[in-house]
Amino acid sequence: MSWTQHLILAPILLPMVVAGLMLVIDGRSGRITAALGVFSTFALLFIAIVLLAQASAGGAQSAVQVYQIGNWPSRLGIVLALDRLSAMMLALTALLATAAMVFSLARWHKAGSFFHPLFQVLLVGLNGAFLTGDLFNLFVFFEIMLAASYGLALHGSGHARVKAGLHYIAVNLVASSAFLIGVSLIYGATGSLNMADIASRIGDLDAHGAMLFRVGAAVLGVAFLVKAAIWPLGFWLPTTYAAAGPPVAAMFAIMTKVGVYAILRLGLLFTPDGQGNVLAASGLLLTGGLITIIYGMLGMLASQAMARLAGFSVLTSSGTLLAVMGAGNANVFSATLYYLVSSTLAIAAFFLLIELAERGRARADDVLAVTLEAYGIVYDEDSEDSREAGAAVPAILAILGIAFMACALLLSGLPPLSGFIAKFAMLDALLDQARNGPAPGSAWAAWLLVATLVVSGLATLIAMMRAGIRTFWPSFEREAPRVSMIELGPVLVLLALCVGLTIQAGPAMRFVRHTTEQLAERKLYMDAVLKKPVVTPQASAAHAPAAHAPALPAGARTPVPTPPKKGAAR
Amino acid sequence: MEPVIAIAIGVLTGSGVWLVLRPRTFQVIVGLSLISYAVNLFIFSMGRLKVGAPTFTGGAGASALADPAPQALVLTAIVISFAMTALLLVVTIASRGLTGSDHVDGREDGL
Repeated sequence: MSWTQHLILAPILLPMVVAGLMLVIDGRSGRITAALGVFSTFALLFIAIVLLAQASAGGAQSAVQVYQIGNWPSRLGIVLALDRLSAMMLALTALLATAAMVFSLARWHKAGSFFHPLFQVLLVGLNGAFLTGDLFNLFVFFEIMLAASYGLALHGSGHARVKAGLHYIAVNLVASSAFLIGVSLIYGATGSLNMADIASRIGDLDAHGAMLFRVGAAVLGVAFLVKAAIWPLGFWLPTTYAAAGPPVAAMFAIMTKVGVYAILRLGLLFTPDGQGNVLAASGLLLTGGLITIIYGMLGMLASQAMARLAGFSVLTSSGTLLAVMGAGNANVFSATLYYLVSSTLAIAAFFLLIELAERGRARADDVLAVTLEAYGIVYDEDSEDSREAGAAVPAILAILGIAFMACALLLSGLPPLSGFIAKFAMLDALLDQARNGPAPGSAWAAWLLVATLVVSGLATLIAMMRAGIRTFWPSFEREAPRVSMIELGPVLVLLALCVGLTIQAGPAMRFVRHTTEQLAERKLYMDAVLKKPVVTPQASAAHAPAAHAPALPAGARTPVPTPPKKGAAR
Repeated sequence: MEPVIAIAIGVLTGSGVWLVLRPRTFQVIVGLSLISYAVNLFIFSMGRLKVGAPTFTGGAGASALADPAPQALVLTAIVISFAMTALLLVVTIASRGLTGSDHVDGREDGL
């Protein structure tokens, strides 16, 4: 095996080793620790790009790369699988991590102990969740990610963080229990924990087993939906995200997407052949997503603080993804993935930007603005100030203002940035479905969703404009915030990536379309995992035991010596 | 055997859910612990219940063996839930120190 085949391990191993090293040399934000953190995130970015190139080589026919840990056959051991979707999420994670890491170096990493080790462990969990091909390891990586996120959410301490953190932890612990129940039900029904193996066994479950499997999948879905913060399960999100420190919140922007990723991956993999989009089957995802959009939209309109506004914008983004995934046919998915990338980048940039823009601003400003608005008082000293308004705007405020405008455009989905292209692509696919859809029910749903998306864009714009006017056009003197280049840089880079997504919309769209095609072809993933032969040393290939060389015919069932009930999956 | 396990899981889950919905942080922690016990038992039962069956040895056919996979899963789940409970306890103590209250919202109104 060449080194490129082992590279798939690196996104998990590298941050894990680095986190361990940091603890050994005292992880309390020393120079060496910071240097290690920067090295690790930049190395991860490089690795993620290489993996992305590997996974997308070959266009629509790109292969799924499978790695058997410990060289056990796929059914018995633990596998990592890299397809286009995983590679895309890895790259997105690495981009956000690099931006957040650089941003934190200015001062946030010193706000409390152990920022760097926790950050690395969060990356272990995220990368592992995107790569694993095994249901129980998905749980383990979720827990690693969550454990680190609990620590990071509390980073910097303080009343608000501890209060929000308490709710966040309690909710997620209950969700983890649901996750375990779902996993064990699925194991009880199918006798396997390997995702591809489970998918291959769904078809011939008896009625009893199928019922058990459905219940398990539903419970598992609830656990993922808590992570994705769908409406009745997502009230913890805005408070927690608003309370978290900016680099942490920027990283959290991708954590709701992990839930969405898991739903997309397992939903499509566990669909029995020829059933179409199982995510749309019950209409639950659509309904929940729609209510989440509306709730997030109302929350944005009601938010006074910008951080809360950003928290609710996460909800809107998540709701949009879920609703569109739950409404459409496979055509919608590619637009959804494009939206996922664009909105995650924009939200992360927004979280980082907020702290810069609000710096140097008295805390009372918000309150004052509220009372001004509530009592309809016009600030009548304006007339004197306005004469000076023509004077030089401090450059930093101008840059921040432009960055804020870019965020507003991206989040509300207005031209010319990638938010618009994403929304346009989704609306286009939905309208197409409304006109040519098979059932009148789906057309109705599509129209409803189109209307909600448009209205939510308008509401986002109103909320963002109000926040922007309040922050960047204050009617009283404010000092220009002191912002260093390593804080501004990450924001600008994230926004530049969105601009890049806009300019290169054609290739990006082609990439996500191929990704969707690969996802829809679930046989591809299953065969890649299940038929992957174990590696035999060249010299002793003849000695390899027969059990270690499963040369199964296409679609063959596992010749497990026991019926599925007995398991023996690992 | 089955009814006993089923009732045990049901009682643990029921008490756990009730406690999690209570307003005191300590009750929430105990509730979460109870839920995790219930989940651990549940994972066990998903490997089918067998009394006195070995997992690896025994020489008999596979049908005489107990399923080892859920046992491994339970071990992992126990470790994780133990660690999470410890972490939640720390946060609770921090919350108690910062707010001077053991209410989950950090203040006493609405009671």
